[in-house]
Amino acid sequence: MSPLGHDTLSYWSGLAAGTSGIAQPTLVDPELLQGEVVAEVKDYNAADHFDERQLAPLDRVSQFAIVAARQAIAQSGLELGNGLSERTATIVGTGIGGSTTLDESYKRLYGENAKRIYPLTVPKLMPNAPASQVSMHCGLRGPSFGVVSACSSATHAIGTAFQMVRTGIASAAVTGGTEACINLGTLKAWEALRVMANDTCRPFSRDRRGLVIGEGAAMVVLETLEGARKRGAEIIGEIVGFGMSADAADLTNPDIGGMARGVQACLDDGGIASQDVDYINAHGTGTAANDTAETAALKATFGDQASKIPISSTKSMVGHALGAAGALEFIAILLAARENVAPPTANYLGPDPACDLDYVPDEARPHKIDLAVSNSFAFGGLNAVLAVAKTP
Amino acid sequence: MAEVAEDVLAIIAAKIPGERKGVRLTDKLEELGLESVDFLEMVFDLEEKFEIQVPYNANTAADDFTTVEDVVKAIQGLVEQKA
Repeated sequence: MSPLGHDTLSYWSGLAAGTSGIAQPTLVDPELLQGEVVAEVKDYNAADHFDERQLAPLDRVSQFAIVAARQAIAQSGLELGNGLSERTATIVGTGIGGSTTLDESYKRLYGENAKRIYPLTVPKLMPNAPASQVSMHCGLRGPSFGVVSACSSATHAIGTAFQMVRTGIASAAVTGGTEACINLGTLKAWEALRVMANDTCRPFSRDRRGLVIGEGAAMVVLETLEGARKRGAEIIGEIVGFGMSADAADLTNPDIGGMARGVQACLDDGGIASQDVDYINAHGTGTAANDTAETAALKATFGDQASKIPISSTKSMVGHALGAAGALEFIAILLAARENVAPPTANYLGPDPACDLDYVPDEARPHKIDLAVSNSFAFGGLNAVLAVAKTP
Repeated sequence: MAEVAEDVLAIIAAKIPGERKGVRLTDKLEELGLESVDFLEMVFDLEEKFEIQVPYNANTAADDFTTVEDVVKAIQGLVEQKA
């Protein structure tokens, strides 16, 4: 579920074509904002996916997660009988949870002086709602919880699920991230941080003006390579490394050392040499601070190799979906490796002297990609990095 | 008060899952297939409709409301108190 379409094909073909999903908001009155643009999931009609009774307890953030999970499970062909349901984990990241539900309840309470708010407000807004709802709607009875680490939530979720399958805690996992925070309260809060762009998202570019809030969800099914082969599944790719770190430094300013340790932890986990990395999907938010720090962190990690690796930020097209971003970008590296295409950094105006690597500006590049890395770096200094390899 | 009863019946009926249409005063709430969240929404809708506060506690609900008629009478009482 992305600003470029409601399925994997539309998302990937949009990325590969350099299509922008960024526009004026429709979910919020633009007159109430300071000109910021957003990346909404367009033409979404909840009634296409849920009946009225199902919809009552579902915030948009859970709806997106369920729609994405249904697609992932269908594509995987996983049969949940014979006890597999009980051994399948559901690990779903979100940065905020049901913020639209919270926003609407506060509007009602403080704005309209209502005496009561909608009775399912709590189960709709709780940050574990997407994990709970995916498990309920898809019949997944193994370990399940939400993962919360702001902009790294989905990467932490997928990495955790990966570790659970690798260690045998779960036989399979449905995992990813979801976010649906384009509501007035959340956007005004972001506005107050003074980091949002009012033109578009231009990661690593000169004259970039900040990040663009997005929304969406992406989910994948994980299982062991052996298990997937045995049942003849269509394997999209293989996770080969997962690393995490904390900056333990500034709350909002990224830390080069923390980022670099996260990337290095991923390489170490997979026994990956720096010259083995063929593409990096950067965190690349388009803020002044992130893009320079990330560039420096990649140089610190990869040394001379850094300038030889195509690096791009797909947030230039789909904005920053916060707790879903890592999952959308995980899909991007899976398909980049499968298709041998590095998606571009759109809206690039030219180099910033502090960002001097190869950012695949504006046009996707055919490129042999056997191994790709995705970075997620969160407010609060929480870093998570995943590496995938082409299906062996 | 007959109008109140009619509106209460309609609100309860709207919360019943499946194809079943309409409810009778003698119907037992637990047999209508209402789940906990349906009950919460029903109370919310009743409060909104009649601008009343229903002293409903999910922990003791079974004692207060057994049949549809219990709900109707309780709401009628609250509406009278308000008037």
